[in-house]
Amino acid sequence: MRAFTVHSGLVAPMDRANVDTDLIIPKQFLKSIKRSGFGPNLFDELRYLDEGQPGEDCSKRPLNEEFPLNFPRYQGASVLLARENFGCGSSREHAPWALEDYGFRAIIAPSFADIFYNNCFKNGVLPIAIDEATVDRLFDEMYADEGYQLTIDLERQLVITPTGEEIPFDVDAFRRQCLLEGLDDIGLTLQRAEAIRAYEASARQKSPWLFDVIR
Amino acid sequence: MAGQTLYDKLWQNHLVEQRDDGSALIYIDRQLIHEVTSPQAFEGLRLAGRKPWRRDANLAVPDHNVPTELRERAGGVAAIEDPVSRLQVQTLDDNCDDFDLVKFDINDVRQGIVHVVGPEQGATLPGMTVVCGDSHTSTHGALGALAHGIGTSEVEHVLATQTLIQQKMKNMLVRVDGKLQQGVTAKDVALAIIGKIGTAGGTGYAIEFGGEVVRELSMEGRMTLCNMSIEAGARMGMIAVDDTTLDYVKGRPYAPAGEMWDLAVAAWRELHSDDDAVFDAVVTLQGADIKPQVTWGTSPEMVLPVDGQLPDPAAIDDATSKAAVTRALAYMGLDASSQITDIKLDRVFIGSCTNSRIEDLRAAAAVVKGRKVASSIKQALVVPGSGQVKKQAEEEGLDRIFLDAGMEWREPGCSMCLAMNADKLGAGEHCASTSNRNFEGRQGFGGRTHLVSPAMAAAAAVAGHFVDVRQWQEAG
Repeated sequence: MRAFTVHSGLVAPMDRANVDTDLIIPKQFLKSIKRSGFGPNLFDELRYLDEGQPGEDCSKRPLNEEFPLNFPRYQGASVLLARENFGCGSSREHAPWALEDYGFRAIIAPSFADIFYNNCFKNGVLPIAIDEATVDRLFDEMYADEGYQLTIDLERQLVITPTGEEIPFDVDAFRRQCLLEGLDDIGLTLQRAEAIRAYEASARQKSPWLFDVIR
Repeated sequence: MAGQTLYDKLWQNHLVEQRDDGSALIYIDRQLIHEVTSPQAFEGLRLAGRKPWRRDANLAVPDHNVPTELRERAGGVAAIEDPVSRLQVQTLDDNCDDFDLVKFDINDVRQGIVHVVGPEQGATLPGMTVVCGDSHTSTHGALGALAHGIGTSEVEHVLATQTLIQQKMKNMLVRVDGKLQQGVTAKDVALAIIGKIGTAGGTGYAIEFGGEVVRELSMEGRMTLCNMSIEAGARMGMIAVDDTTLDYVKGRPYAPAGEMWDLAVAAWRELHSDDDAVFDAVVTLQGADIKPQVTWGTSPEMVLPVDGQLPDPAAIDDATSKAAVTRALAYMGLDASSQITDIKLDRVFIGSCTNSRIEDLRAAAAVVKGRKVASSIKQALVVPGSGQVKKQAEEEGLDRIFLDAGMEWREPGCSMCLAMNADKLGAGEHCASTSNRNFEGRQGFGGRTHLVSPAMAAAAAVAGHFVDVRQWQEAG
């Protein structure tokens, strides 16, 4: 996984509440057996006027000119500013894969759905939950300032605005460390194989019906 | 010290180790695998040269993009017409062969939607930790299990280590007191709860459902309720083990038997919240107040009783809510302040991991028996949740009732719940659906979904628009 330490980038809006993962990446693209290539279909039903198909060349499709990500001023954005309960619904990890593949490194919103939030950390995308009033203010600043950029410092847990204002955010210690170092958490867990085996031996004694049934 | 909640107990029973940074390593007893969220996990194992930690902890079954028309289904995987879907189902088969995991083939009678198959086969049991790369894994919490959806990276993590790195959730009790009215079902209870607490109301919580209404629900009703926990924002919903649970589990193919059964039951009897357990949040509803529910918008929280009137954005002060309601009305092609019963339907879908079990099909059949689907309805699909459900329904003659009414009787799978196969809505079409999500485009590009119970969907199929099934059942 790509490490995340400090990132500065152009900010783009997704200005609606309860954005679900079906909206982030519609179901027909979930038929892929690959982990990459979802970027052109991020927000497919909002970005394009037609119904997208897997494997289709999206450069030939009619764009929805009213969708902000299609505005010239937001091209190259890498920080997404969003509203409450972002990423609700389906557990599809294709959602953070699509965001990452498009070029987003961080998402700022008042709140996130639990599964999506967790999935982001596995893919080098940092979800940042900040109180609603502050998010409102960032939206206002972004709309008023073409080229509005934010800097995100994960080490110091700060979002830094163009005026130098520092907005602190919370992130749990384990996820932060994995992201800072780009760690493979399976490798980390396998270092604890002995503890897992010890648990398993005890569970086998206590609850033998849980073992060797499906074979 | 205060007593423990059911969630606290399940967590404690599966704790491999608690870490100083607040995270914990949790042991996973059962992983269910399907074709959509697993290929990249198997590929990850392959690239790292890893093997599954415990092959007997996994069970795989294709469901999301299998065809449901017998014509296409009969030829097995090779006959799936969409080459992208075919490759994905074939990849599941190949991966299970390569890694030596047990799977039910596409036309095995045990095949079906993972969340129907797990409990049906006794592959998911009380007291287990159950995961699957699918958010509706919360369904299995009905058994008194700790069950939740995970992403593909975690599918790989579980395959490789039999554990997950987790943070403990807060505890929420949702208590539904009293009795339900005739014609009101677990689905209506689930939608009423979501209407009350919102789609983010359960975020950060593990929900336990309790109260007299929940205790009196059948196991299948409890599965419907727990299934939709995620639509209230909670990854997991669960219900204490009681005789209803044990009666359901007993005799299932993978359930313990004989002395092992007695041993298991002794452990499962402990799976309830202690009397003095403390919840971080408590939500209560009165069963008698709940009417049949219908969603009108593009989020499950946009729900009303069948006699309800749609909102008017002009009367909403909060800017974000006003924008959401305005956009939802426009997407759904509905007028502000119109009536739920005025909504005209194009298609009806009875199926999905929420409502495709035998009791759901019986409820729908009871409504359409001797009646005909309205001529304005283009299609009314009935898709059983598994081969076993299909077989039982046919033994009971339910298939004849549906076919005589002018409905289609299909092969098991996820079907039009998420429209990954050929079953989908056309742009602008309204569908009365027993599934779980009414998101934009969920059932097809531009499609308009209304979530309801099986009885309400069946009544809507006959009437061509929503009707109050309580009156219908009295009249019938």
